[in-house]
Amino acid sequence: MTDIITGAVGLGLVWSIVTIGVWITYRILDFPDLTVEGTIVTGAATTAIMITHGVSPLLCLLISFGAGALCGLCTAFLHTRLKIPALLAGILTNIGLYSINIRIMAGTSNISLLGTRSLIDMLMTFIGRDRNVTTILVAGFGVIAVLSLCTWFLRTSYGCSIRATGSNPDMARSQGININMSKTVGLMLSNAFVGLGGSLLCQYQGYSDVQMGIGCIVIGLASLIIGEVLFGKSSTLHSLISVSLGAILYRIIIAFVIQAGMQATDLKLFTAITVALALFLPTAILQIKALRGRVTRRHDAAL
Amino acid sequence: MLLCKNISKTFYPGTANERRALSNVSLNMRRGEFVVIIGGNGSGKSTLLNVVAGAVSSDEGRVYIDKQDVTFSPEHRRAAVIGRVFQDPMLGTAASMTIEENLALANRRGKRRGLGSGVTRTERALFKEMLKPLELGLEDRLTARVGLLSGGQRQALTLLMASLRDPKVLLLDEHTAALDPKTAAKVLEISLQLVREHRLTTLMVTHNMGDALRFGDRLIMMQEGRIVFEASGAEKQSLTVPELVEKFVAVGSEVLC
Repeated sequence: MTDIITGAVGLGLVWSIVTIGVWITYRILDFPDLTVEGTIVTGAATTAIMITHGVSPLLCLLISFGAGALCGLCTAFLHTRLKIPALLAGILTNIGLYSINIRIMAGTSNISLLGTRSLIDMLMTFIGRDRNVTTILVAGFGVIAVLSLCTWFLRTSYGCSIRATGSNPDMARSQGININMSKTVGLMLSNAFVGLGGSLLCQYQGYSDVQMGIGCIVIGLASLIIGEVLFGKSSTLHSLISVSLGAILYRIIIAFVIQAGMQATDLKLFTAITVALALFLPTAILQIKALRGRVTRRHDAAL
Repeated sequence: MLLCKNISKTFYPGTANERRALSNVSLNMRRGEFVVIIGGNGSGKSTLLNVVAGAVSSDEGRVYIDKQDVTFSPEHRRAAVIGRVFQDPMLGTAASMTIEENLALANRRGKRRGLGSGVTRTERALFKEMLKPLELGLEDRLTARVGLLSGGQRQALTLLMASLRDPKVLLLDEHTAALDPKTAAKVLEISLQLVREHRLTTLMVTHNMGDALRFGDRLIMMQEGRIVFEASGAEKQSLTVPELVEKFVAVGSEVLC
């Protein structure tokens, strides 16, 4: 039982980093970015090939971060220079990345880290705790680093111009902000975090697979919405903490659902329905309110 | 200060929807001059403002601001010397950001935006001082999100943002049209105060003929993409609303007020 919880928290913390990436595009830039499904694999693939070639797992994190940023740059180029709509630009990069990710993994569709030592393996021997606890420590440290970087950056002058671009592009332009540039920087940062998340995910699960990105955007959105609804979003830092907790909670829910006997292959359907319901929630609340209003009015009229 | 030379613009050329918005419009504004533009719907007044701001590129003609040719300079670069207030109060501010963040964004217009703090302490003090004379109580709500403000408050804030960094040209595009009469009067009063205080070169579009006569050094009437009537100085001062309506009818435009 404790194993299930610690396992879920560890994996949830890894996904927190991915979710923060999704949050930057979805909430800050108002840009539905589907690149992430490819980016997370790019992060994992880069790390897998490098670790099997003896590169330090710590350096792998950094390189996957950079590789993710490049994926974001590609989508930004398609959108800002070639004027391709946001959704399509993300899908195009995502599809292209499929081939690139296989090339990164030297032509294979998956690489196992068996027989090598990831960051988590190394720290396990160092601190002498089990895999789950070590993952919590490593990923927890990563989440704190990403949270701090993000909060600081979005409060800087340049960060503010990125937020303005997402909130009101007309206003941003009339205040002298080059919105193509701020969109590009936002997309690169977002995908860099997703790449970093992919790297950690690969080191946690011990392999990289070209299919592992499928549904990643929906999982990110599910975590984001669960976090915001349950924990609030009054400020940048508050939102970031909420979505991180959302990612952890999502993993705990999934762990329990599987424990209760759901087939792993049904998970994606479960996630899709969860997200659909969560997105419907604000509308549902409005409709219920409107309905109540109508009933009360009718009641008053009858009196 | 602002010189528009032979500006022409046609939307959707070569299609059934082809519409000539501006034809050969020229306008020369002195430093500190306040010009009011009136005209019916589709007369080209908003297009003219958009061409000056760089939001719409003209087919022909040149735009100079302070003797510099800005015809091909993109909107965000031109924004360094232009202050702008839109008709829609929602357009001028970022709803999800705080009052001080919005003001700070405007205060960096034309400056490099780096990794320094988004709002500095000196800025905060400056904004407080600037907001006080508006008498809207905004000076105590610097960290409130702009989305919580009313349309009038947002428009007043946009005005303040537009006048920050002393723009060479201030563009007011029917900026009181979407407000209720009382709020509109207040926002207009704030506009005039700022224009006078900073001696801003101002181009204001309005639908209200009374306002058009009361304010500004020069009045321009537009019709079908052309300037059809101009009055300034003593001639403008002696004009009355009925006379102006008569001019409108004479050029074949619908009467709006």
